[in-house]
Amino acid sequence: MGKAGGDSRSLINEQGLRIDGRKIDELRPVKIEVGILRNADGSAYIEFGKNKIMAAVYGPKEVHPKHSALPDKALLRCRYHMSPFSTEERKNPAPSRREIEISKVMREALEPALMLEDYPRTAIDVFVEVLQSDGGSRCAGISAASVALADAGINMRDLVAACAAGKVAGQVVVDVDDIEDKEGQADLPIAIMPSSNQVTLLQLDGQLNDEEFNKAFNFAVQGCKQVYQLQREALIGKYFGRSEVPEGGQ
Amino acid sequence: MSAVKKTIVVEQLKRAQMNELLVKGKRLDGRGLLDRRDLTVVTNVIEKAEGSARVTLGNTEVIAGVKVNMGTPFPDTPDKGLLVVSAEVLPLASPYAEPGPPDERTIELARVTDRGVRESGMIDVSKLVLVPGKHVYAVFVDVSILNVDGNLFDAVSAATVAAILSTRIPKYEVPAEGGAPVKTDQKMPLPVQTIPVAVTMAKIGEHLIVDPTSEEEAVMDTRITFVSDDRGNICAGQKGLPGSLTLDQVIFAARTAKLKGEEARLILKQGVGSV
Repeated sequence: MGKAGGDSRSLINEQGLRIDGRKIDELRPVKIEVGILRNADGSAYIEFGKNKIMAAVYGPKEVHPKHSALPDKALLRCRYHMSPFSTEERKNPAPSRREIEISKVMREALEPALMLEDYPRTAIDVFVEVLQSDGGSRCAGISAASVALADAGINMRDLVAACAAGKVAGQVVVDVDDIEDKEGQADLPIAIMPSSNQVTLLQLDGQLNDEEFNKAFNFAVQGCKQVYQLQREALIGKYFGRSEVPEGGQ
Repeated sequence: MSAVKKTIVVEQLKRAQMNELLVKGKRLDGRGLLDRRDLTVVTNVIEKAEGSARVTLGNTEVIAGVKVNMGTPFPDTPDKGLLVVSAEVLPLASPYAEPGPPDERTIELARVTDRGVRESGMIDVSKLVLVPGKHVYAVFVDVSILNVDGNLFDAVSAATVAAILSTRIPKYEVPAEGGAPVKTDQKMPLPVQTIPVAVTMAKIGEHLIVDPTSEEEAVMDTRITFVSDDRGNICAGQKGLPGSLTLDQVIFAARTAKLKGEEARLILKQGVGSV
């Protein structure tokens, strides 16, 4: 918000490093854990910089209310929610318009990867809870949710990996954090299915010319591919043990 | 929001029919893949509003009104005026629209429109401040959808922009002895810096088409919107609906949005009488 007039004097220093010491094409440290909640059918925890996010999947299960069931596929429902203590100022726990929009685009980002037609007349619920937010929480949330869906054993065409790129101090950078998002000039979060190079989420706010847009888009795609490797490693680590990392897809 | 109810059989038949045409570069209503429907803009249709516009895009029809009053700025932006864009699909707009609080699709619609106006810097909100941290102009743009026939994003965006361009706000003055600003009889336009235009494309099969109708939206796989300003920048974007796009399709959509946006910007300018 208010990116157009942001003051970006010291967001990138003379050595080309960003406020947290990253290079322009470097992601924040990412940690993914699989199967962290006992009750859920699938779950994952992601730390993406200071973002701390939990994702849980329940389903396929009976649909309530019954009339919302679909005859030919599973009903995918998604809730993105930020804890009141996750932000600088306390956040009202009631879902905001922003959270409702993110829940919608998140569901639409995950759906192309899921073989929902395998589970007619059921519901699959995805809950994403942001325990601490640090910019880029929708991307981290999608990446975690996709791992949780795989952990739940839902049939999938691919994982969904998400990452943002943006423009900070006049330069295109990958994975904008909270300060860069607030004071930078543009934010371009995307999600892809890395095996088929299909884009399943794309949002943009802030100004980019043609060249910057192409570069940012490319940076974000590369960021997604790095996240994808970490998602794979986390899943392989849980299901095959850390030592054996098979070549190719899961 | 869609005016055409989805039924599986009709959907499959329509889809097949459309795909057959799309391969030949045509659409059901005779348009080419990248042609927009007729866009008409009439401003100052509501005298009591500080600005207003009625926009039709084919059979899609929307009306936007701007109300301006004094407000308190957000604590984190004490030196900026307020800008709020909201949208509502009126129950009279389609047989499937229902009264009630806005659903997620309407919230998305309003937020994407808001993002286009805000991120393009259309209104210089720093010029809407009377007493920093205390008194600023609050600009409310409310858009009501009157008739639904697809591509609400572009219609709502056009109406919002046209209404803002036509707005004349009362000038307030801060009394010399301090205190709350007082309304004067003078009017002034909003501090407009650029004209953002949204262009929405639907993907049906492997084809991207500009400005989908309800019929086309009923069978589309996914939807992508880009907003461009008049300085060659893309300033907002949103992919909506399940379904996906290839990397090349995203780049193509961004380029198309800029090209097609130019034409629409001209119509908007003519509509508000600034050309």
